[in-house]
Amino acid sequence: MSERVRRSLSGPLASLAVIVVTVLWTIPTFGLFVSSLRPAGQVADSGWWTVFTHPSLTLANYHTVLFEGGFGVSGGLMPYLVNSLAIAIPATLFPLVIAAMAAYALAWIRFKGSSVIFFGIFALQVVPLQMALIPLLRLFSQGVHVGNVAIIPSPHLAGTYVPVWVAHTIFALPLAIFLLHNFIAQLPREVMEAAVMDGASHFKIFRSIVVPLAAPALASFAIFQFLWVWNDLLVALTFAGGTPQVAPLTARLAQLAGGFGSRWELLTAGAFVSIVIPLIVFFSLQRFFVRGLVAGSVKG
Amino acid sequence: MPTAPTTLADSTLADAVTKSMNTAGAVIGFLAVLAALFAVAGRARGRWSRRTALAVFLVPALALLTVGLLIPAVRTIYLSLHGADGTRSVGMRNYVWAFTNDAIRQVLLNTVVWIVVAPIAATALGLGLAVLVDRMRHEALYKALIFLPMAVSFVGASIIWKFVYEYRAPGEHQIGLLSQVFMTLGWKNPPNWLLSHPLNNFLLMVILVWVQTGFAMVVLSAAIKAVPTDIVEAAKLDGARGVRVFVFVTLPMIRNTMIVVLTTIMITTLKVFDIVRTMTGGNFGTQVLANEMYSQSFVQFNTGRGSALAVILFLAVLPLVGYNIVRLRKERVAR
Repeated sequence: MSERVRRSLSGPLASLAVIVVTVLWTIPTFGLFVSSLRPAGQVADSGWWTVFTHPSLTLANYHTVLFEGGFGVSGGLMPYLVNSLAIAIPATLFPLVIAAMAAYALAWIRFKGSSVIFFGIFALQVVPLQMALIPLLRLFSQGVHVGNVAIIPSPHLAGTYVPVWVAHTIFALPLAIFLLHNFIAQLPREVMEAAVMDGASHFKIFRSIVVPLAAPALASFAIFQFLWVWNDLLVALTFAGGTPQVAPLTARLAQLAGGFGSRWELLTAGAFVSIVIPLIVFFSLQRFFVRGLVAGSVKG
Repeated sequence: MPTAPTTLADSTLADAVTKSMNTAGAVIGFLAVLAALFAVAGRARGRWSRRTALAVFLVPALALLTVGLLIPAVRTIYLSLHGADGTRSVGMRNYVWAFTNDAIRQVLLNTVVWIVVAPIAATALGLGLAVLVDRMRHEALYKALIFLPMAVSFVGASIIWKFVYEYRAPGEHQIGLLSQVFMTLGWKNPPNWLLSHPLNNFLLMVILVWVQTGFAMVVLSAAIKAVPTDIVEAAKLDGARGVRVFVFVTLPMIRNTMIVVLTTIMITTLKVFDIVRTMTGGNFGTQVLANEMYSQSFVQFNTGRGSALAVILFLAVLPLVGYNIVRLRKERVAR
């Protein structure tokens, strides 16, 4: 770019524009954070900006929202927080392992139909998960019947995490296999061939060569998937929505936010609790996450 | 809406411990089964080694995808041609309903407005920021702050913005930032924002743009930095000037990335569900396709209509995702 434009683009006006946008982008979250720290009565009566003239902050909202409730729920949000973790950890690990193995098989085990299967999985990315919700839910609740014959009996899984884990795992697989395949297929051929010459089985190669070498890609996908599951509402509502024993934080918060005349101080604290873990993941592993995001920019 | 959990039976510490143990048990069990399979299969030699490897490596993924995604998707197409309980065949009636019912037409119209306006706004804003932030000091800090909403769930984002749009009757203390700003500027009685159709649709879109702009900025910024400097220098030697270099050299070089970003945000937008559900519950003229699909299927239990809407969603996503996939594949082959 010419000097003049370069100067105007990096000049005070440009900087001002970026700063203004950044401030605008940050204010809503900041407001939420400040509100969550204000005493209950004040949150309902005045805007959070009044804190600058009448400062008064407390951690009481967090204590109430986590342990006491106040939404007509005895235990507060703590059980939902536990649910969120109990859903997100397995729902990250299962697809990661299954997809890594499938990706390895498609990349390094020669067999007829390999590319057909790869392309089939690849093409499944066009299926939005909405397309599978109703039949999958029926499968979980009723099993599979042809006429009166039960091919798969009703698994009685209502009120457990299993349907949510399985649903998240299935919906993650097409993209996960695609991304990990791209990475695993590019591992150096010499290393793989040397291992075969040494008589290593596919299992040994996978364990001792592929997993360590593909660690960055695996980590990147794991973060991506964890955030996706943590932030998900649709799968949670469909497969765990009506049952407080397994419903995650997002489902509960959506419900609370939907009601008008909510207790704002608790809602704000609850919302902040729900974003703390993604924020920790995001800040500590930002580099991986962005890389995974760029690679995964076609998640459909 | 699913039934509200009003009481939580045993929400004690013991309960949390049980839940955690269940989770740990599932994870350990899963890994143990895999390890056992590996151990047994690892001993297989020769011809059998390859087959057992294939079975262990590939079958779990294929089985899950077939039973959990492929068959259900086909079944949804089948259900969309049937009545509410999924047994009585009704031909194309569910689709005719979708395109002729006034309320659903409004839903489809809203959805079209969403996927045109929000992604273009987020991509354009992201591009502008990517260009401007490029030469600033503390670039990483600005980028991180603008990207931050990506880490917040749509539900979290909705609650954050509920606090911006909150409305109080005139005379009461405002706790909503938007009303407060307008009142400070001299507008005495700002409206109840979320009730004002069609303004409310755009206010909800703001949330999506707020979340997605950082994504567009980060990806486009990486693309701009990847443009070879010698090409830009050469264009300048040929006498091209700043803005022209950007429009005729940089933009074409990042065009593909821009299209991927735009379609990715469009797909997200098309499936957006949480924002509308959390902010307005789809009332006051803000309903969109993904939300209506959920409501038909799981609130009104009309599987036929819900499935038809899911198929419409699929047909809308198809060209967008399809384009991205084909393009990425081409790129891969070229590499």
